[in-house]
This record gives sequence, structure tokens and C-alpha cells, in this order.
Amino acid sequence: MDVVPVVAFRNVSIAFDGPPVLEDISFSVGPAETRILLGPAGVGKSVLLKLANGLLRPDSGSILLFGEEISHMPEEKLFPLRTRAGMVFQEGALFDSLTVRDNVAYQLIVERVPDDEIDRRVLDALRFVQLEETFSIYPSSLSGGMRRRVAIARALIRQPELLLYDSPTGGLDPVTSTTIIELVMKERDVYRTPSILVTHRLQDAFTLCTHRFDAELNRMVRLPEGETDPNTTFLMLEESHLIFDGSLHGLLHSENPFVREFLE
Amino acid sequence: MAIDHIERTAKQLVLTVQDYSLFAYRAFTNLFTEPRYWPEFLVQSDIIGFGSASIVLLSGFFTGGVLALQSAATLSQFGATAVTGQFVSITMIRELGPVLTGIMVAGRNASSMASELGSMVVTEQIDAMRALGVDPMRKLVTPRIFACISMLFFLTIVADAFGILGGGAVTVFLNHQDGPQYFSKAWESLRYPDIIQGLVKPLFSGYIIASVGCFYGMRTTGGTQGVGRSTIQAVVNASVLIILVDFLVTRVLLALFPPL
Repeated sequence: MDVVPVVAFRNVSIAFDGPPVLEDISFSVGPAETRILLGPAGVGKSVLLKLANGLLRPDSGSILLFGEEISHMPEEKLFPLRTRAGMVFQEGALFDSLTVRDNVAYQLIVERVPDDEIDRRVLDALRFVQLEETFSIYPSSLSGGMRRRVAIARALIRQPELLLYDSPTGGLDPVTSTTIIELVMKERDVYRTPSILVTHRLQDAFTLCTHRFDAELNRMVRLPEGETDPNTTFLMLEESHLIFDGSLHGLLHSENPFVREFLE
Repeated sequence: MAIDHIERTAKQLVLTVQDYSLFAYRAFTNLFTEPRYWPEFLVQSDIIGFGSASIVLLSGFFTGGVLALQSAATLSQFGATAVTGQFVSITMIRELGPVLTGIMVAGRNASSMASELGSMVVTEQIDAMRALGVDPMRKLVTPRIFACISMLFFLTIVADAFGILGGGAVTVFLNHQDGPQYFSKAWESLRYPDIIQGLVKPLFSGYIIASVGCFYGMRTTGGTQGVGRSTIQAVVNASVLIILVDFLVTRVLLALFPPL
């Protein structure tokens, strides 16, 4: 039986008052698969991510999210579909007028879930990102790394069927970046949630490929020499085109001059 | 070159009017379908209504006072100072109360709506809301529009009342005229069409203030500089539209209820 991809792009193109930002993009994300989207800054990685959950509409081509065609779907019908996917924005995009509790519980509050249950689930989500102590404070009091971790907790609160990470480690110091990548890995290995992760940091991408999360040790551990996570694969964008789609091995041995230059 | 510029500007203007019409229509019709966010409506009513009460009260009071000051000098030439109360109450209730309140609230709240929503756009909070499955039009725009319409109605009544009171204060303490005569004239001269005219206008002004403020906020681009630009556009366009629509509504209401 054919496995339905969680996300599928078919010949997708989009432009904003000028040359195309993305042109003829096709790829898919299968169940439990993590796709790492690489590329230089400004190449359209965030645009691609916003297309995946219908925040932007393509000019041509089709996008399937959970098996449903969303490129022409009315916004009202997209809202329930989006609640099944979590998204972590570049700078966190936390609501600065709400406390961390209300940010993480945003969807639950809208769904009028009882307060006791909200508190319990928010604490669970914050425990996952190791930020329980921030429960009642405002985002303005958090550091950049803490904001991203709260954003991850917000994306995870309803146990999404897909996760979209937009440069979750961008602009962070190496130690905080590793903490964030460990959380991404934990979600991948503990809950098997499929995801698309945008980054221009090769180190983060390789760490995700060469490590796994050990639930007993509660930290990431390196896979044996020569092994990589089979469900973590790569996409690379260059000048509006998808120039690579494959495994870490394929990426490292690619003959494409841009891929080679990017890796070096 | 100049023709190109005019063509581009004209197209931009038509496009903006089209976008605004669709935006305002959608925001209005959202109230008649689920989901509705009543807590947001109450919060916005407090911000717009209670928050603007002091400036509306003061501007109403001093406008009434100025009307009494200016009119007394002219009316005394005809020995008609007794009708100062009539002049102040009709002018305040039919025209100045609704328009001044609209412009004061536009300066305070259209700007705050544009800057608040604009900041949310540039920090991706609006996208985050959409990604969380919540419609920002329903959650942010519709409650603001209905809060603004309902609060402007009551604020206009406050401005009218304090305007008449201000006129009375000037009549008694500065013009040294008869207070009871002023207030009895102010009361007796009022007809229902005057009240209707005065209370229909804020419904339009409230809709304009919130829809224009939210419209410019939601289409903000260009970072913090863009937020500033949206705020200016919101206040300027809301104020001009209030005066334009006031003219049109006055024309229609005068046709419906001709003066005696």
C-alpha cells in the first residue's frame, strides 16, 4: 500500500513583484521523516516553509498537506488543518502581551479547554523544553534561546502531526543552538513527528543526522561511526531552485558545484 | 514619465480601496458567524471607551465653552443672547459632538490599532496566530470594530453632554447670563431628528476608525519604519474619511428629516 506523504510539493512556483523566489519545486515529507532544508540566506527557505502550511499561496503547482490539496483551499478551511501542524518561527513570534503559559496554551484557550487541564499540559510542554520556571512570566523577560524553546513548547502542545522549524538556531550561541537541536532530535526520536527544518548551519544539520536522542539518558548520543539517521534527509535550495534532495551520504558526495561550495 | 507616475498612483489607489472594501466587509460579516471572541470585545471596549473618556469629556466641554463664547458676541448684536443654549446644544448634538469625538478617538485609537497590529505583523505574530489555526480577522479585527462602534456611540453622548455643560459654564460665569434660561433653551429646542442625526454619525465614525486602523496595521510592511508609516496613514485617512462620511450622512439625514 502506498504511504501518503505528510507534505508534498508538486512543481510549486511563487514570486513577489519580481523574479520567482521559488521555481518548480517538488519534494515530499513522509511519515516520521525529517527533511533538513539548507541554503544561503534569502534563497526562499522560509517562504517554502510558509507554503507548506498555507500561510502563503503558490502562483502555480500544487501542495498537499495531510493528503489535502491546500494551494487553493479557502482560508477558513485551512485553519483546522493548520492546528494539526506545529510551526516554530525564526524569532519565536511569541505574543508579547501574553504570559508564557498563555502563549504555550494559545490553541487550548481558543478551544476553551478547562484551566486545570491547560495548566497540566502547559507544564508538560514546558518540562519537555526544560523551562517550567518561566510559566508565569512574559516573553520580554526571556533570552533569545529561551524564546525559541517556548516557541517549540507552543508548537508541541497539541502533539502535532507535522513540525515546521524556521531557523530555530539562527542567531544563537553554539551552546544554546545545541540545546535547541537536542529538543528537535528528542521530538523526532521520542514522538516520531515528521518535520521540515530550515537552517543554514551545517553543523546543526550534521548533528541531527549523526546523533539520536537517548530517552533513558535524557540526552543525545552519537550514532556509531559511519551510521546516520535513516529518516533524516536533506533538501538544498539555490537561486529559487531545489538543487539537491537526498541523504547525508548523497549530499557529501554530490557533484553539484554549489553544493560542494556550500559544504566547504 | 509623469503620466506613468499618475497611472501607477491611480492604480495603487483603486487597489487600496478594493482591498479596504473587502477587508471591512469581511470584518463586519464575521460578527454574524462563529467563532466570536467576546472577551476581546470587552477588553477593546474598555481600552476605547473608558480610555478615551477623559479626552472626549475635556474636548467636548471646551468646545461647548468656545461655542458659547463666540456666539454670545454675535448674538448680542441682535439682542438674541437668550438663544445661546439652543445654538450650543444643536451644534454640539448634530455636528460637533459626533465629529470631534470621532477625530479625537481616531487620533488615539486608530493609531494604536495600526501600530499594535503592525508590530504583530512585522514580528510574525499574525502569521503565528494563523499557524495556530486562529483567524486574526475574527480574533483581532472584528472585536475592535464592534467595540469602537458601540463605544463611540456612548462617547458622543458624553461629549454632547459635557459640551452643553461647558457652554453653560461660560454663559453663567463669563458672559454673566441666566443659567436656567440657557439650559431650558438648550433642552426645549432639541427635536428627535437632531438626536437621531447626532447618534447615527458615531456608528459610521466608529466603523471607519477601527476598520481603517486595523486595515493599515494588517498590511504593514518594512519593519519598524513601516509601523510608523501605517500609523500615520491610519490616523490621516480615518480623520479625512470621518469628515467626508459626516458630510454624506448629514446630507442624507437632512433629506430624510428636513429642518422645521
